[in-house]
Amino acid sequence: MSRPAISVSELRVERGGREVLHGLSLDVARGSVTGLLGPSGCGKSTLMRSIVGVQIVAGGGIEVLGEAAGSTGLRSRVGYVTQAPSVYSDLTVEENLRYFAAVVDVGEERIAAAVSTVSLGGFERRLVGSLSGGQRSRVSLATALLGEPELLVLDEPTVGLDPVLRAELWTTFRGLARAGTTLLVSSHVMDEARECDELLLMRDGALLTHATPAELREETGEQDLGSAFLALIEREEGR
Amino acid sequence: MSARSTGATALRVLWQIRHDPRTIALMLVVPTVLLALLYWVFEGKPQVFQQIGAPLCGLFPFIVMFLITSIAMLRERTSGTLERLMSLPIAKADILFGYGIAFGALAAIQTAIVCFVGFVALGLEATHGAWLVALLAIANAVLGMALGLFVSAFAQTEFQAVQFMPAFVLPQLILCGLFVARDEMAGFLQAISWLLPLTYAFDALARATGQEPLDSAFAADVLVVVGATIASLGLGALTLRRRTG
Repeated sequence: MSRPAISVSELRVERGGREVLHGLSLDVARGSVTGLLGPSGCGKSTLMRSIVGVQIVAGGGIEVLGEAAGSTGLRSRVGYVTQAPSVYSDLTVEENLRYFAAVVDVGEERIAAAVSTVSLGGFERRLVGSLSGGQRSRVSLATALLGEPELLVLDEPTVGLDPVLRAELWTTFRGLARAGTTLLVSSHVMDEARECDELLLMRDGALLTHATPAELREETGEQDLGSAFLALIEREEGR
Repeated sequence: MSARSTGATALRVLWQIRHDPRTIALMLVVPTVLLALLYWVFEGKPQVFQQIGAPLCGLFPFIVMFLITSIAMLRERTSGTLERLMSLPIAKADILFGYGIAFGALAAIQTAIVCFVGFVALGLEATHGAWLVALLAIANAVLGMALGLFVSAFAQTEFQAVQFMPAFVLPQLILCGLFVARDEMAGFLQAISWLLPLTYAFDALARATGQEPLDSAFAADVLVVVGATIASLGLGALTLRRRTG
């Protein structure tokens, strides 16, 4: 088996003087779609920020694509989309993409490709500030796709999207993974778990389990993944 | 650092401003209107207007660029775009110089208008050439930008950021010698004024528009302004963090 795309060991993170990640260890396989699931505030975003290398960590190690997280060489190999769309609202869709395309040094053709991947054709000349929340987050996603990164870290990319668009995006994610991209996608919606190859379930800054959807169903005897998650929590608390 | 990323950043900042025509209009018109106001206030006292108005032509860009940069940079910090940039292959210097080029260019246009009105229409004298005032104005604009970028790190909200203008700029304007000659101020005020970069910016402008020939004191002023700009850019770079808590 090839080396994992992400390898986290004993990761501890403190925010505001409080420990929010308590010695987390996990691996994410290359070319897979891994879902990072758990209730709001459980530390998903902090874990993602740590993997991307923008979070100050208190202890532990993170290796991403064979390099230490946050190292210079990774900046063109890892794409990161924050929960709040981080694009310029006073620029048009096209201007945003042009700017970030120049920063990651890719050509015009990648702009058109990214726009079509996130189904924003026809909106190129619109100011981002005039778009709906869902459209804005898709601009943010398109920006991360420009450089065709080997690893995509997506923090709640489907929040506020209608079911059709959500399904389309998951098809896109599956396609990217087939082409060899590794995706780490967070969500607090359990029904998105079935779209993933592997699941990381988090709670209160710790990893509850790391399993495939099938394993999770088998382990808990629940067909619905949401119920399976609850069953796991109950078992954990019963201990 | 790369010319591509620096240029792209400068263009991006200019695109943002272009989508905001009211800001452009305010930026270009307000200094000229203020200068005209001074002209009328000091009607009959052309000497006072010369003493205050002429250097002021080169100080407006400092004030305006300080304010605009501190807000623009605060937005980058709060909207997450700075965090995104910091996760991408762009150097901090690309961001700093990109902003510097964009706001330097805007300052050049602003200065051209205010200098034209001041030195041609309102009869101000630029003994050593209006172009020298314009050059100093652009240098001051970049200094204002660098300071604005630095202080933006200490503001959490736009309300705080706008108040950095009266907090950081007005004291410098009061103490720089524009209203009262510095050697007429109390000793401790003089001592403080030596530490403020705007003092040197004003002194250079006063000499450039004064009757005395330009000497080494002028050169020293210019050096201090350039040095303060480099130091502020360095401090600004420190506030662009790849990793945050």
